[in-house]
Amino acid sequence: MDISYKWLRQYTPLTAEPGEYMRKMCMTGNEVTGYANHADRIHNVVVGKVLSVRKHPDADKLSVNSVDVGSGEPIQIVTAATNVFEGALVPVALHNSCLYDGTKITRGKLRGEVSNGMFCSVAELGLTTHDYPGSIEDGILILHEGTPGDDICQVLGLDDTVFTVDVVTNRPDCLSVIGIARESAATFGLPFQVEKPEIASFAPEKASDFLTVSVEAPDLCPRYRARVVKNVKIGPSPKWMIEQLRSCGVRSINNIVDITNYVMLEYGQPMHAFDYACVDGGSIIVRRAASGEVMKTLDGQERKLTEEMLVIADDKKPVAVAGVMGGENSEIKDTTSMVVFESANFFGASVRKTSKALGMRTDASARYEKNLDPNLVVDALDRACQLVEELGAGEILSGVVEVDHSDHSVRTIPLEKDWINSYINASLSEQEMTGILESLGFSVENGVVTVPSFRSDVETKYDLSEEIAKFYGYDNIPSASFKSDISGGGYTEEQKFERELGEALRGVGLSEILTYTFVSPRIYDKLRVPADSPLRNALKISNPLGEDTSVMRTTTLSSMLEVLSRNYNNRNSEAYLYEIGKIYLKNADEAELPEERKIVTLGFYDYDGKADFFTLKGMAEEVFASLNLKEAEYRPCSDHPSYHPGRTAEIWIDREKIGILGQIHPAVAEAFGLSGEVYCAEISYPLLYASRAAEHVYKPLPKYPAATRDLALLCSEDVYSGEIEKVIRKAGGKNLESVSLFDVYTGRQVKEGYKSLAYALSFRRDDSTMSDEETDRLIENILAALEENGVQIRS
Amino acid sequence: MIKKQLEEVKEKALEALSHADILDSLEQVRVRFLGKKGEVTAILSQMGKLSPEERPVIGQKANEVRGLIEKKIAERKEELSKAAAEQKLKSEKLDITLPGKRSRIGKKHPVSVVLDEIKDAFVSMGYSIADGPEVEYDYYNFEALNIPKSHPARDTQDTFYFSPEMLLRTQTSSVQIRTMEKRKPPIKILAPGRVYRIDEIDATHSPVFHQIEGLVVDKGITMAHLKGALDSMAKKLFGENVTTRIRPDYFPFTEPSAEISVSCFMCGGEGCPFCKNEGWVEIGGAGMVNPKVLEGCGIDSSEYTGFAFGMGLERLVMRRYRITDIRMLFENDVRFLNNF
Repeated sequence: MDISYKWLRQYTPLTAEPGEYMRKMCMTGNEVTGYANHADRIHNVVVGKVLSVRKHPDADKLSVNSVDVGSGEPIQIVTAATNVFEGALVPVALHNSCLYDGTKITRGKLRGEVSNGMFCSVAELGLTTHDYPGSIEDGILILHEGTPGDDICQVLGLDDTVFTVDVVTNRPDCLSVIGIARESAATFGLPFQVEKPEIASFAPEKASDFLTVSVEAPDLCPRYRARVVKNVKIGPSPKWMIEQLRSCGVRSINNIVDITNYVMLEYGQPMHAFDYACVDGGSIIVRRAASGEVMKTLDGQERKLTEEMLVIADDKKPVAVAGVMGGENSEIKDTTSMVVFESANFFGASVRKTSKALGMRTDASARYEKNLDPNLVVDALDRACQLVEELGAGEILSGVVEVDHSDHSVRTIPLEKDWINSYINASLSEQEMTGILESLGFSVENGVVTVPSFRSDVETKYDLSEEIAKFYGYDNIPSASFKSDISGGGYTEEQKFERELGEALRGVGLSEILTYTFVSPRIYDKLRVPADSPLRNALKISNPLGEDTSVMRTTTLSSMLEVLSRNYNNRNSEAYLYEIGKIYLKNADEAELPEERKIVTLGFYDYDGKADFFTLKGMAEEVFASLNLKEAEYRPCSDHPSYHPGRTAEIWIDREKIGILGQIHPAVAEAFGLSGEVYCAEISYPLLYASRAAEHVYKPLPKYPAATRDLALLCSEDVYSGEIEKVIRKAGGKNLESVSLFDVYTGRQVKEGYKSLAYALSFRRDDSTMSDEETDRLIENILAALEENGVQIRS
Repeated sequence: MIKKQLEEVKEKALEALSHADILDSLEQVRVRFLGKKGEVTAILSQMGKLSPEERPVIGQKANEVRGLIEKKIAERKEELSKAAAEQKLKSEKLDITLPGKRSRIGKKHPVSVVLDEIKDAFVSMGYSIADGPEVEYDYYNFEALNIPKSHPARDTQDTFYFSPEMLLRTQTSSVQIRTMEKRKPPIKILAPGRVYRIDEIDATHSPVFHQIEGLVVDKGITMAHLKGALDSMAKKLFGENVTTRIRPDYFPFTEPSAEISVSCFMCGGEGCPFCKNEGWVEIGGAGMVNPKVLEGCGIDSSEYTGFAFGMGLERLVMRRYRITDIRMLFENDVRFLNNF
């Protein structure tokens, strides 16, 4: 909201520099975010009086003018404008001047005639035709006042600082000049005064003879108050009013409409003026709209109304959407002769809902939706009529027409001085507290605070403590550390595990990524997920930003592949990545929250072909080992739609499948714009955490030497090494310390369809040396077991 | 006679030694003179022919000669070994300006770097880390935080909904409620996590970002404790010289409420382009827990008070590393990630 410094000073004698004003206001909870002065942008532009106009000797479209700019000798100005005449008062940008948009004006010659500057239009001064009565778009601004040589900014009232204030949502009282003035006065310790508006004289007719008001929805309209004005003379507003409206960013329309806007800015109470001639039956009915009812609002838009919306209607039709915008059918026209001023209080939530549903947020709805003080309608209505009188815009009928269902109870809160002092760590006396509260419009008597009706946000001693703390100064509150007996802080085992997991993943060369958790439903096609897969049953956002971010992911794979693809497209020769992120699995009962499960995702590609399936598997093994997990088993997986059927493994620990790793199916890689081999793994974080080995206990170094044997084996190509190893381990018994594969060979020296595998076996006993005989016997057992499984010793 | 032979052998040996310039030839010299069939050995084998009187004299002489040759060989050997070692070192010289062989170590995402620091700082102050769901009930995200359905504060947090009652949380403050429902005071938690708001994606907006929420509830907690906690946090995160400022603000779930700023860690509060010449950088919001919120969670507000604070993590990360576009954080280009 924009607030004029000049206007504020009508209520409190502020003298602070704008910068200081801004800083201090921020410290009392009034967030002034900036300020500007229109006049700061315009330099050396003055009022000039045109003494003579003659045609340019060499140019049909130019005129040469002699102008008095208050400097003694008249100066010559050449212009192309045609609306300048002898005796006209005009803005003159002198030699070395600056216009609103930053344009510099200097002396020059136009077709041989010297021009000592330029006449200005409204736009060149940063104004519009609404800002100055009688001004035109394409021509020079003809002034109604001023003396040659006067600074134009002063004459036009542009020399005003305008502050931008962000008002917090629970303080609608501050959405007004008076509200901010009150806070300013309290902040700077200055007097503050608003005179109660008074109407000097009334026409003999009674308003109630012309107008009836009935409120059919008192829940949505606690208070409706109206006055009627006759003999209305529609015309432009006076200069001071136009200037004040402009400084607050409101353009002038005509005197009656301007008065409603002026009062809204001043008091924070939205007002509306109806053309009485258009109010059928002279009756105002505040009711819910009928379903399907249609109305054209002031902005010319046809609005479809619903039963939830409140309208102001007459006998026949709606004339305004309550609290949001008036109807075109009853707007103030040049011919309007009788006016109904509405000053009403509406239920905030309903206005908010209506303005949202209709997609129009107006200055009025922005105030109403925060729940205004029902008592505000009285002064606002009288202020509007007082202005009508002052402007000579009409005669006010006597009496008001009002329906009032509002709550007039007065809230009181005991002033618990000691409690407040301890809560905010201050040592204020009761007088000091009272002083603060009184400056804000509260009254304090016998230790009881009476809350003014415009401060419905203040309900409890906590709220009072905040008011007092703000004006006592947050800066004055000391810092203290608490001696708390709170124990049990620190990381949980699981939180520590997650950190170690991250360290292990980085240790094998993977970098961490963060991705969005909402995805496009199309990822499932790209991942070749079958149409009937439960994976596709993702939680849908009902108001997503776009389709690409419309469902909560049930897999992290697409997020990883998208990041790999982005890196690939950015021509990075390799990317080794991991993410610990959530998937969201719908609950069978859809009213229940989904399961949020963390998944550890690994992914990489490498242009140089340095990496393959075993790089990935090695990473997994390394990570599991460093986390001290139980032994993992890798089982071939040929049926996962997103992975390569021959290069993928399921990871099993403790008879539980904890994840999958392998090469991404080439068709999936291609769908994500990747070519070449891409490797990923997806591992359930909770299962990983559950797979930790029971204890990490030191294992003594062996005391006795190991007996080692190498075995060269021959088997069919389809036999998995993992199976062979299992057989060896089983047959080798407890003294077989380790089995390690050191060579795999297929080729000329091995018969077609077979492969040769070479293992190094190591046997050891804790309590004595293994004898050769004993070792040989074990080897025989192993070979026999292998033989049974179709594996022979290579001769 | 033998004596003369010994003298000659000695001279020959010394002569031979002077020519031995590699270790191999030195060995040959040793074998030639001192070996089993060496010249000195040969002479000594003639000792038997000598008279008993001559024997000790010649014997002594022979030992002298052998000792001398041995000594010279040893000296020469050491010299040559030294030279050989030096030669080897010389030949092994490398261009040490060639690049190192690096093993790939992955990087932590900058958001995690800063988050872990913050968590460590609070854990060291006795906080524990709490968590809550991202897909949340309207109740926990709004209602219980004193933000009823019609509250205008909802406008500033445009929300993704799944149903009228289920949404993506817009603030980690929901974890406050879940914690207070589960646990009775004293409570001292930090709740970091993802939050979601409807925002078009641009350089400074992301529909997904992280917040860090803190909550302390106990007997006798006052605003000074809030200030103290914020001070120690700021010092831990931004350095000992940083000061904290709180200014009044409004949040429905705290009363009084405050905006938290820290003195600009770039200019120390003098004013610079980084802090827009204000000397202060806003980092979040805070306040004393609204008694309505406490009561809603079954905590007696006449007995307990508390404070809460919240900060946006991405903004801290971006300030720390001078990142100007929030999208970088979610694009995950490895060239970006390798910076951290």
